[in-house]
Amino acid sequence: MSHLLPWLTALLCFTMVVAALVAIRGKSTPIAILAAGLVSLVASVLFLILASPDVAMTEAAIGSGLTTFLFFFVLGRVRRGDHG
Amino acid sequence: MAYLAMATGFLLILIGFYGALTNRNLLRMIVAFTIADTGVNIVIVAIGYMRGRTAPILDSTVSAAAAVQRIIDPVPQALVLTAIVIGLGVTALMLAYAYKLYEKKRTLDIARFTELKG
Amino acid sequence: MVKRLIALALLAVFGAVFATLLLGYTPDSELNLTARYYAERTAAELGAANIVTAIVVTYRGLDTLGEVTVLFLAAAIVGLVLANSRPGQARERAPVGELLTTGTRFLVPMILLLGVYVFVNGHLTPGGGFQGGAIIASAVLLMLLANPLRHFSHNLIAAIESLAGLFYVTLGLAGLFLAGGFLDNRILPLGNLGELISAGAIPVIYSLIGLKVGAEFSSMLASLAETEEL
Repeated sequence: MSHLLPWLTALLCFTMVVAALVAIRGKSTPIAILAAGLVSLVASVLFLILASPDVAMTEAAIGSGLTTFLFFFVLGRVRRGDHG
Repeated sequence: MAYLAMATGFLLILIGFYGALTNRNLLRMIVAFTIADTGVNIVIVAIGYMRGRTAPILDSTVSAAAAVQRIIDPVPQALVLTAIVIGLGVTALMLAYAYKLYEKKRTLDIARFTELKG
Repeated sequence: MVKRLIALALLAVFGAVFATLLLGYTPDSELNLTARYYAERTAAELGAANIVTAIVVTYRGLDTLGEVTVLFLAAAIVGLVLANSRPGQARERAPVGELLTTGTRFLVPMILLLGVYVFVNGHLTPGGGFQGGAIIASAVLLMLLANPLRHFSHNLIAAIESLAGLFYVTLGLAGLFLAGGFLDNRILPLGNLGELISAGAIPVIYSLIGLKVGAEFSSMLASLAETEEL
């Protein structure tokens, strides 16, 4: 199991960078918000691998959960605008 | 492993900065800021990581006496715990102001906010 | 186009700084002095099994008090900024599905219970006031999703928030008079390491932080949810 961890870390890091690029350069705002949520979610798994369960829990609950929903609340309110 | 995580954290900070500087949509700029935020947190946690050690929680496998030899640095974790919570507060504040600006101008494009241009 | 070039130049500078930092980084093989202090003393001095919790609640308790104050200010400003945006009359909304309504009724008590479990066990297991507070706020979020017209009583949220803050500061002051200093947890018996009722005042203080943080996040969510659709 432990010899797989570096590979898992590399996979997680690669996923995060790709998701971050999607969040920055992607066309649609909802997908960008979801990609940013994915970055946070993968980051929380990475925190667990880095032996920080406290931080992992916080990131999963706050960084990827509540933040994404705050964005969607505001996005839903400005839906008819010229975002894109 | 910590090295890889730290490099990814720095990369995420750069990606977030780039997005915040080049996007014209306010919401997308805030998204970019949250990504840079995550990057900073990953860097700080990676600094505290030490190979072959475990989380700073004492239980049956990590006794209080052996803690110094077995656990990783708990201080960066306490810092990041704070940073994530404050990060949500800051994001909520930015979103509230973005909503207010949209209410006034009916647009999120920062090129259309020209009041402060000389 | 010029703007993008300037951005890229700035990023190149930052990238060079970060690369220097990364290349010059050598991981420690031993704990540094501060970490060693916390690792050696926490169990004996405070009786808390989770050292991160001990740092957040007791060793650096004053900073955490400042942190929840910052969070309170953020929530208050969000409420203030959005105060004029509340719709005058109830909006017309299609009712949400039966599944979501029933599911909410079933899930909300369990999510609240999980939140309470997380912050009551903050001194033993990963988790604590901030995580538990976020979980409680997610229960509020679920209720908002199931019934977007529901108006949460801002007075109730403010009352929970203020009472938790008041007791938090009172416990801190009690530490000043009965034990070693402000927010000292040794005003209650330390108990045995690893038991639920141990670590002095840490579970009590972290539960109060959990209530306060949960109320603050809920107030932010409710403020944003009550805005008018533009």
